[in-house]
Amino acid sequence: MKLSAGDKTLRSVIYALLALLGVATLYPFWNSLVLSFNLGSDTSLGGVTVWPRKFTLENYQIVFKEKHIFHAYLITILRTIGGTVLAMLFTSLFAYAMSKKGIVFKKFYTILAVVTMFFNGGLIPYFIVVYHLKLYDTFAFLLLHGMISVYNMIIFRTFFLALPDGLEESARIDGCGSFGVFFRVVLPVSGPVMATLSLFTAVFLWNDWFIPAVFISSQDLIPLQTLLVQIINAGTTASLLTNLNSHAQSLVANTITVKALQMATMMVATLPILMIYPFLQKYFVKGVLVGSLKE
Amino acid sequence: MKSETAAGDSVPSAGGGRRRRRPDITAAGLDVQTGTRRVSLWRRLAGQWEYQAMILPAIVFLLVFSYGPMWGILIAFQEYDLFRGFGASPWVGLAQFKMFVESPEFWEVMRNTFAISLLKLLVGFPAPIVLALMLNEVGGLFKRIVQTVTYIPHFMSWVVISGLAFSMMAVDGGAVNELLMWLHLIDEPVNWMSTPSYFWGVVVSLNVWKEIGFGSIVYLAAIVGIDPALYESASIDGASRFKQMTLITLPAIAPVMMIFLILGIGSILNAGYEDILVLTKNLTNGIMLPVANVIDTYVYQMGIQNQRFSYAAAAGLFKSVLSVTLLVVANGIARRFGRTSLW
Repeated sequence: MKLSAGDKTLRSVIYALLALLGVATLYPFWNSLVLSFNLGSDTSLGGVTVWPRKFTLENYQIVFKEKHIFHAYLITILRTIGGTVLAMLFTSLFAYAMSKKGIVFKKFYTILAVVTMFFNGGLIPYFIVVYHLKLYDTFAFLLLHGMISVYNMIIFRTFFLALPDGLEESARIDGCGSFGVFFRVVLPVSGPVMATLSLFTAVFLWNDWFIPAVFISSQDLIPLQTLLVQIINAGTTASLLTNLNSHAQSLVANTITVKALQMATMMVATLPILMIYPFLQKYFVKGVLVGSLKE
Repeated sequence: MKSETAAGDSVPSAGGGRRRRRPDITAAGLDVQTGTRRVSLWRRLAGQWEYQAMILPAIVFLLVFSYGPMWGILIAFQEYDLFRGFGASPWVGLAQFKMFVESPEFWEVMRNTFAISLLKLLVGFPAPIVLALMLNEVGGLFKRIVQTVTYIPHFMSWVVISGLAFSMMAVDGGAVNELLMWLHLIDEPVNWMSTPSYFWGVVVSLNVWKEIGFGSIVYLAAIVGIDPALYESASIDGASRFKQMTLITLPAIAPVMMIFLILGIGSILNAGYEDILVLTKNLTNGIMLPVANVIDTYVYQMGIQNQRFSYAAAAGLFKSVLSVTLLVVANGIARRFGRTSLW
């Protein structure tokens, strides 16, 4: 198709704008990655942009040898895995049962669930409930928070309803109970929807810093993102370094700066998501469309 | 008489279409479309105990963690004491609401809430649409790369975004200042992150930067559904690409735009809190508070940081009631002027 001069101009402008947006999105991440590999004292002289000027691994050495950071990382990993498994298990079981006909009290359950999509008590009453359940400042709460998502339940249920009726029959004839059918027949064919919803849940849990900031007070229970807030907020090297344990302190030469540590910690917190991202992008996009088609 | 027979008898007809089926318990213990006689509730429950067991944990969870707090809103009408508990705390009626409305921060917080979320809507709503329209004009690998790259920030936490922002907008050698100085737009570095008058701009720009790519997905999906014949006939008629964009693509995705606009207006009191908290260093950056504190962060500050639970709960409830009102109004307006409505 031939383009007119006007169309050509429009097209070039669009290409330029999109390229600019791409660079503006990528550069901050790239620059932070570069700074995390650059000597802190050198970074503070300025001018380090797209490639490290004085390459070093010492920022990462501190990050991995510092017990708070390492511990927080562990909490994040445990919470992400444990929380995702729990949420997927109980949400899919709920959805599976709700996809069956003739469930007693089904209407009641449905209304009960849907109401929570539109109304909630807000942060403070939630805090008080959690406090009185003695879940304040516990790892268990980090796993439980947001375990049942009604929104995800509806997506699961839609998927289960679309499964062919004959699928379960042979297992029933073999004498499987409903749990047996669910785990042996239904779950194995739920790959795509399970992958999509697990990914969204896992990303939420990995990134969540606010809930731990409100509900966790012990320093050894906070996840990495919440610790990262503290590190970013730390004004000076001195105040940050006093928080480091002695082992890490002995490693600290005067080349380390707060900024260098921030960048290294930030990368450690970000890289897992960035690394799985390209492979999983299709699931992310699918998930969004599943969600918006419902509206 | 005839109709009575058809509806009330139990004579099996040849076609079987109107035949009543007897209560039929399947292997799963479910009765398939029972007739007049129902299996007793207990027998049905016993037959489907496994399904009920699958539902139970979720319902208990929702009752405790969703309905518990809903009931707990009542503390907004109390002078709640965490250690005395709900039962022993005194009731104070609307005193907490009165105190909130009369507090020196009230108008400041309301202004910030409306200003920040209106700005977010004003810029953040059209931005993904413009991106989707632009992406629709390019194709192939370039389009995919731009999409892939612009989705990334959506999956990053606000903590990481704030870390990037503090680094990029730093006074000493931050990329933004360097670039603007190189372009001679400013003469000396600007302290973007600690100047109150820039705060709204910074928050809104970061939000657009973070969500523009991801927000464009739904619009791109809507664009895919447009009949290509429309473009063909338009280009035969000599319409430029820009004309096609504004006269075919834009009207075609208007319903999707309308839904997102209504949702946006309905949540106008959700100015966001994560972004504001991380950008004000958990509200400790005092000079920024007068322009940064919105209802949600105020609830956090008063309730969690200062432990004034009842007062904060009242402020939160005030916001919820106002939100619902706004959503109903927005939907009413949309229904009056167009076909789109949320319900």
